[in-house]
Parts: sequence; C-alpha cells; structure tokens
Amino acid sequence: MIATLGHFILFLALGVSLYAIMASIAGASPCRPEWLASSRNAVLVLFCLVTVAIFLLEYALITSDFSLRYVANNSTRASQVQFKIAGLWGSLEGSILLWTWLQSLFSALVVARGSASDRHDPFLPYATAVLQAIAAFFLLVMTFAVNPFAPLFPVPPDGRGLNPLLEVTDMLVHPLLLYLGYVGFSVPFAFAMAALITGRLSEEWLRLTRRWTIVAWLFLTGGIFYGGWWSYRTLGWGGYWAWDPVENASFMPWLIGTAFLHSVMIQERKRMLKVWNLMLVTLTFSLVIFGTFLTRSGILSSVHAFADGPVGILFLTFLGLVLFSILGLLAYRADRLKGHGELDSVVSRESAFLLNNVLLVGICFTVFLGTIFPLLSEAIRGAKISVGMPYFNRVIVPLGLALLILMGVGPLIAWGRASLHNLERNFLRPAVFALAVTVVLFALGIHSLEGLTALCCAAFVIGTVGWEFFVSTRTRMAMTGEGALPAFLTLLLRSRRRYGGLIVHLGVVVAVIGIAMSSVYKLETEATLKADEQLTIGPYTVQFKALRAAEQPTHILVWAALDVSKNGKPIGELRPGERFYPNQQTPFASVAARYGFREDLYTILSSFERDGSSATIKVMVNPLMAWIWLGGLVILLGVIVAVLPERRLALLAARRGAQASERSPA
Amino acid sequence: MKRILIPLAAVPILLLLAYGFWTDPRAIPSPLVQKPAPEFRLTSIEAGAPFALADLKGKGIILNFWASWCYPACYEEAPLLEASWQKYKDRGVQILGIVIQDNEANAKEFMQRFNFSFPNALDPGSKVSIDYGVYGVPETFFIDTQGRIVYKHVGALTPALIDQQVQTILKGS
Repeated sequence: MIATLGHFILFLALGVSLYAIMASIAGASPCRPEWLASSRNAVLVLFCLVTVAIFLLEYALITSDFSLRYVANNSTRASQVQFKIAGLWGSLEGSILLWTWLQSLFSALVVARGSASDRHDPFLPYATAVLQAIAAFFLLVMTFAVNPFAPLFPVPPDGRGLNPLLEVTDMLVHPLLLYLGYVGFSVPFAFAMAALITGRLSEEWLRLTRRWTIVAWLFLTGGIFYGGWWSYRTLGWGGYWAWDPVENASFMPWLIGTAFLHSVMIQERKRMLKVWNLMLVTLTFSLVIFGTFLTRSGILSSVHAFADGPVGILFLTFLGLVLFSILGLLAYRADRLKGHGELDSVVSRESAFLLNNVLLVGICFTVFLGTIFPLLSEAIRGAKISVGMPYFNRVIVPLGLALLILMGVGPLIAWGRASLHNLERNFLRPAVFALAVTVVLFALGIHSLEGLTALCCAAFVIGTVGWEFFVSTRTRMAMTGEGALPAFLTLLLRSRRRYGGLIVHLGVVVAVIGIAMSSVYKLETEATLKADEQLTIGPYTVQFKALRAAEQPTHILVWAALDVSKNGKPIGELRPGERFYPNQQTPFASVAARYGFREDLYTILSSFERDGSSATIKVMVNPLMAWIWLGGLVILLGVIVAVLPERRLALLAARRGAQASERSPA
Repeated sequence: MKRILIPLAAVPILLLLAYGFWTDPRAIPSPLVQKPAPEFRLTSIEAGAPFALADLKGKGIILNFWASWCYPACYEEAPLLEASWQKYKDRGVQILGIVIQDNEANAKEFMQRFNFSFPNALDPGSKVSIDYGVYGVPETFFIDTQGRIVYKHVGALTPALIDQQVQTILKGS
C-alpha cells in the first residue's frame, strides 16, 4: 500500500516539477504574471507532495513496515525510535528523498519570499526553473533508479538495521547539517544561473543571495566540524580528519564557498571580479554534485560510501549537464562579463582578498587532485596509488598558514591603496604582540617550528581583531560617552556583517590553535598489559585492572577497566572497549576518554587475550583538542551576529540597555 | 567562435570520472606481491605440531586467513578450501589456515563443521596477520615454490581462481 502510494507520489512530484520549470520559463520574458503565479503554485504543491512522501517513508520506518525494502535494510524492530527516524538518511534511496525534500523546501522559501516583495524580481522565474530542474533530477533518480518505496516480498520478520556506527545521536545531526549546507548552495547557484540567463550581471543577484550563501556556508561548516567531533569521539583512532574522499567532498565546496563569500565583497565595493564570482558560486555547486557523485557511485573507496549501482552514471550525467550549462552560459555572456575597475595598488584590501581567493582555490585544487589521484594514476599508469595524510598535510599546512596571516591583514588594510600610515596604525601593534607571544611561548617550552609558526600567525590575527575592537570601541566611547560594553555592543549591531566576520575569524583562529597544538604535541603510546601492570604517558599513569564483558541489548561489550592517575593522584576509571555485533564481521571500538579544556586523555582497547589475561591498550594525550570544537562554536556565534535580522538585534540591545539602567542605580 | 570551445573544458574531468566505473576501488594491491613471504612459526590447532613456512620449502602454498565470526564469506569458501586440499595435496600444494582474532573452541567447531583436514593455527596477538598486512577476512595469499608471494586475494575464493593460481605457484618448480 505505502509502496504503491509512495512511488505514485514521486511520479506525480516529478510531473509537477517539470511543469514548474516550463511555467516559470513561459512566464519569464515577456513577463506573464498568470504563468508565474502558476509556477509558484506548482513549487508549493511540489513541496507538499515531497513532504507527504517523507511522512510515508518515516511512518513505514517508525512502524517497522518491512514490506518496503528500504525499511528492512535500514531499521530493526529493536532500534530506538530516533534511529528508526534517522534511517531516512541511513542509505542511498532515503538520503536522496531527504535531499529532494530540502530542495523543494528551499525552492518554496525562495518563491514565497520573492512573491512577498511587491517588486517584480527578474531573476526569480529562472532561478525557480533551475531549482526545480535540480529537484526534477533527484525525483527522476528516485522514480527510475533507486526507488525508496521499492516493495519487498516475502516480508522478513525483522530488518537488518543501520550500521552500528550510525546508531548514535550524532547521526541525527551531522548528515542533516551537511545536507542543509549542500542544498543551501543550490540557491545562490540558481540565482547566478538566472543572472547569466537574463544577462543582468550587475551586483543585484549577489545582494539577493547573500544571506542564503552565509547560512548555507554555516550549515556546511557546522556539518564539517560536527563530523570531526563525531569521528574523534567514536571511531577510536584518536583523530578527527583523515582526508577521506568523502570528507574532501564536503571540504571542497566549503573552500570555494569561503572564497566566494570574500570575493563578493570586492564586487560589491569595486565592481570587479564579475566572472570570477560567477565561477566560484557555480563551482561550489558543481563540487557539491561532484561530492554526491563520489559518495554514491562507489568509484573511490571510503568509509562514507553508499552502495554502488546505476545512480553513479545518472549523477555523472547530471554533473556533466551542470558543468556544460555553466560553461556554455559563461561563454555566451562573455561580452557582458568585462569587469569595471582594476587594482589600484598591490598593497590594498582588494589584493589581500584576491590573494585569499587564490589560496583557497589553490587548497581546493590540491584537495581535488589528492582525492582523484588514485583514479588518475590508475587511468594513466595502471597503478593504483593513494596519496594519504602526508601529501595533504605537507601541501596544505603552508597554504593554510598564509591564509591565516591574510585573515589578520584583510579586514583592516585600506581599500584602494594602503598608506604606510594605515599599515603602521593597524598592524604594528598586532605584529609586536604576535612576536611577544611567540617569545613567551618559546620560553615556556614550545620549540617546534611548525607549532610556533602557527601560534605566531594565530596571535597576529587575534592581535589585529582585538586591536580593531579596542580602537573602535574607544572611539565610540569618546564620541558618545557610553560605557565600554554598550559602546561595543552598539558597534557590533551597527556593522554586524563586518564584526560578525571578525568573530568568525577569531573562531577559525581558536580552531587552528587547537589543530596545531593537538597535532604537534600529541603523545601516544601502546602497550600490552597484564593485570595490574601499568604504563605512563605524560603526567598520567594508566593501570590495567581487569578485562570485563557484558551483554548489551544489541551487542556484547568487552572492556578493559583502567585506573587512571595524574601526577600520582587517582582521578578515576576509564573503560575502553570493543563492541561485538552479531551481524557485523568486525568489532567496533568503544572509546573511553577524559575530555578537558587543556587536554584529552584518550584510551582505546586495541586487542585482548580471550582468557582475559592481558590487553593491548592505546593511550593518547591530545592537548587543546577542545579548542577545535570551541572554535566551531565561535564561528557559529559570528555567523549569527552577521545574519540576524536588524530589528531582532535592536530589540535585544534595547532590552539589555533597559536592564543595565535598572541595575545601575542599585 | 573560440567561445564554443569553453564548455569542452569539462570533458576531461568527466571522462576521468567515467573511467572510475571500470575500476574496482576495493582491490587493494599488496606491496608484498612478488616479495618473499614473511616467515612465521605457530602451533597447529589439531595436532599441536609446529606450523612454519620454513618447513615447507619447495611446495606451493595457499595461505588462507579466516575466522569463525566471519560470516558469510568464510563459510562460503570453507568447503571449497577443503575440496581444493583434497584435489591438490598430492600435487605439491600445501593449504594453511591462520585464524584471526578467534578462540580455540570456536575455531575447532568451525573446522569440524567443514571437516578441515589441512593444518590451521591461531595467531596470538595477530602478529602474522600484521606481517601480511591482512585487511579483513577472508584473505588468501598464494606463495610459489620459491617462497615468494605471487598473488593476494581479498574476499571469498572461487574454484576457477584457485585452479588458475595453483598453476602459477607450481610453475616455478
């Protein structure tokens, strides 16, 4: 019943999306309001249809209706309800349905916002057509290749369930954030395409999509950070990023999206880089599709990969279509894409931003090359060679450090041509501060060259941002006689975009400090211990007490009881273990760690003797790991400052001001 | 006119990705192929007899890594291994099984279930598995009469593959 209904709804939705494409193109030029209204309605109907489809599949998942193949493959009766729900994005078919739903939701938001404003928006019809075309592609994939409502007969008594690694709360967050980011970038893409189609290539489309871009970027950033955090806490290898093809697939659109966020500022201010911005935003979306292709085609092996099948070819065809239409339109509009103005001076904000773009695109290219290198080398030389961590780290660390310095320079250096006075005023103190910090850190015993360089750059950025906040607040206090906090908050609100951006930079710096310190000063040891034997690592002593086992609802857990003491003082017990699932071939790690602001003590049970006589324990001390996740939170804060609607913030500020005045007499 | 050529920039990358459909990402080449097989000395489960590569010079060896918890692949290939052993044991081929991360009782039960008559040994501390770079079970190494690894197979074996590789490892003698 659900199978037939669901599949029928998908067919219907496909028809509606195709109609919406036609109607919006028919109504676009010359403007025919009744067609446009009809296409708007079609977009809203599509959203309702896909929503019904999502509900049907979720209903089947929650009620364990194993007459659907997808449900049988991705949930069991015993699963907790939130993991039954998460089954929706547990594998290929459902994840495409979720994608389609988000795509239809975003299209509906775009047309709803577009029709709320009275002014006729020339981009909207074409942007709608592009968004609907993307939705139509995903619907096509579902109706003809990977139907999430495919029936299963005979109906099995119980389903196979998600991979145990996915039955964790993180599964409810990480994939959703990434999908929101991926699909979010389709909106600026659609408007860029609309700008190319209509030939209205001024800065208008940038303004219309600025908030979409920032929010999509935030979701993508959040998804990447969350993924690292998840991997660190549960996968049990003590790291958070492995340059796995699918991780790279999320990192590449992030890099180009970041470059785009910066270079639009030059176009807005100087009307330069028109083609460049169009290329960046369309490239971002192409990379999203490329990443989707990588995850779903099975051409590269990865921990994230879904099963392969006919979808690979479909996605490749779609990627081809996207690339050809982008390049074709760029070629078609080449005459109108001449930028205005040029660089006045090499020492200016424009050139700092340009350099930032070059570095980001360079990093992206490096990652791209590393990701497809196995394929490339096999195609050319017939030998399969993977490039691992060493390649990425060696190439990307220096580029990343250069980017870090620019993060300090870019926001403060003058537009046009920076005078010596401007440079001295903005950068002399931060530079001195950075050097002083470096000297102090050296004296404190940090002697690694990479570590010191990274920390010196980080200190420079903190110096510039701090100095900027300090100077502007002081100026405002002198002008208005406000106190320090109100003056600072008013500043934040007055130019939210600028100060939100600076806060994001601070967040990146905090994360970089965490990354640098945790990778340079990580301690790691592994030993096979008999009962009551111990090992020492840094200030910690870890004593192996005994091996224990317990039957859990879904698996058998074997763990090592470890007594941990720091500088001779007992600080508690850790229980790293291995989880054995009946229908999985290999055991899964169960990490035990003491997380802290200064450092994490991280233990893994590598192997053990069956009789319990000994266990091989891996212990790591990861300094400042928490700073990486903290940096992610600061970035979130910065973006919120940058995008919150004006009125809401003014309200908050007024309330705060009222509270402050109430408090002051007391 | 040159503008028409711009979209062609997408062609090479699409071709490269399309090429990916003809490759198998799971085929992990072993750097040990064409190198001398790492030595090991274990004790066989059934007889308690020494179980070492060095004692088998001059024979072609099929070294199979398995585990009783490896379902279904190991269960699929187990009857085939025993059949191949019956077929080739008098033709200068030795089959050896190394049991990964398993206990003796389960391994014995597995061996009885499939009437294994070739020697098998547990691998305490997974030392041999690490030496051979075993990635998962089952994996099988074909070692020629000179003690060199000729071929590594990941996943369950097939009759055709065994016949073909036995030809290769015996060719050296």
